[in-house]
Amino acid sequence: MAVQGKIDPMHQFAISPIAPLHLGRYDISFTTSAAWMLVAFLLIFGFVALGMKRELVPGRWQAAVEGVTGFVDDMVRVNIGPEGKKFTPYIFSLFVFILVSNLLGLLPLAILPGLHPFTTTSQFSLTGVLAVLSFSIVIIVGFWRHGLHFFSLFVPHGTPAVMVPLIAAIEFISFMVRPFSLGLRLFVAMIAGHILMEVFGSFIVSGLHGGAMGLGVSVLSFLFIVFVVALELLMCVIQAYVFALLTTLYLNDAVNLH
Amino acid sequence: MPQITQLAEVFASQLFWLAIFFGLIFFVIARGMLPKVRSTIDDPDAKVAEDLKQAQAARTGAEQTEAAWRERMDATRQDAARLAQEAKLASARETEARIKEALDEIDARVERARLRIRDAVASARVEMEVVATEAAQQMVQQLTGIKVDKKEASRAIEAQLAEVHLATPQRSEMPSKHIVS
Repeated sequence: MAVQGKIDPMHQFAISPIAPLHLGRYDISFTTSAAWMLVAFLLIFGFVALGMKRELVPGRWQAAVEGVTGFVDDMVRVNIGPEGKKFTPYIFSLFVFILVSNLLGLLPLAILPGLHPFTTTSQFSLTGVLAVLSFSIVIIVGFWRHGLHFFSLFVPHGTPAVMVPLIAAIEFISFMVRPFSLGLRLFVAMIAGHILMEVFGSFIVSGLHGGAMGLGVSVLSFLFIVFVVALELLMCVIQAYVFALLTTLYLNDAVNLH
Repeated sequence: MPQITQLAEVFASQLFWLAIFFGLIFFVIARGMLPKVRSTIDDPDAKVAEDLKQAQAARTGAEQTEAAWRERMDATRQDAARLAQEAKLASARETEARIKEALDEIDARVERARLRIRDAVASARVEMEVVATEAAQQMVQQLTGIKVDKKEASRAIEAQLAEVHLATPQRSEMPSKHIVS
């Protein structure tokens, strides 16, 4: 029972500083979170660098990189159209950064002493910033291209004149909710999966101390956690995809405006 | 929940490092490296498209050359046919002319020969009449002792000959055997 008390499913989300750093009155210490962002950046850099051999007949790494870029290119082209091409780098950055960060959080690094995985995308201080960034780009592009006409986004075509104030209010609220839904969706999906795994992991450990019945619970928890990890791997990809996809859809509103 | 309890103390750091690493991903990878990767994807497509275009151009060129060649061949063939036709016509005309010439000459010779024959026949007839008249005179004198005038004899001969003439008018111009005998 003593072991159970030690397991805190929320502890994995705590950020601890590695190298203290201050800029004016702001604390910008290099933290565990920043370290994992660095790892994500290095992995993405290495991955894309492998795709730059520029062979006419692609090798397996080049084919993989071309697959990812082609996937993002297609997503942007389908959702925004030819005018969306200039947003491809941003969408690509979002997609690969979120995908790699999600997957890094699932690495079983805790079996190595002194290491434990950290999921940068389980911090809403990060997902929220990305969501606000996407939302800001949508608003800037919208007003840049359409000026005040961009407000017509809140009045769908064919709305009866009587309904316009109501519809506009609803549309405005749903528009303003976008950054929250965008950032929270990713954050919640990640944190929920990790808490679930942590909790069932603790069930396995405490079950080992609970006799025959506890052993049964451990086995069941183990089977369940295998299933949850598989589901989480899927979730990592889906959440990265959804974040990038929704950003392209919002950008489509801003670029093409109905 | 550390995300909330730590928010105030880590937010600046989170924002700062996210800006750095996401910025690096955006500027270095997405804007710096991706276009090269993409150009590698586009290159084979572009190359294939270029090759296809060249092949199409070559094909068009070949077709044009062939068309020109065919046109030239047709023209040449027509020229040849025309020349052959002309040559044929010329030679035909020449042959015709020569045949005509030859025929004319033959006709002329035949005519001359005919004239000669007629002359010969005429002179032969005259001679024959003279001979016949003399013979008739002598015959009558020897048989009857009557001396027949040469004129009379000749008249009788002529009448006789005219009778033969009437009997065989178509052969009048040719010397008749039985008349001679």
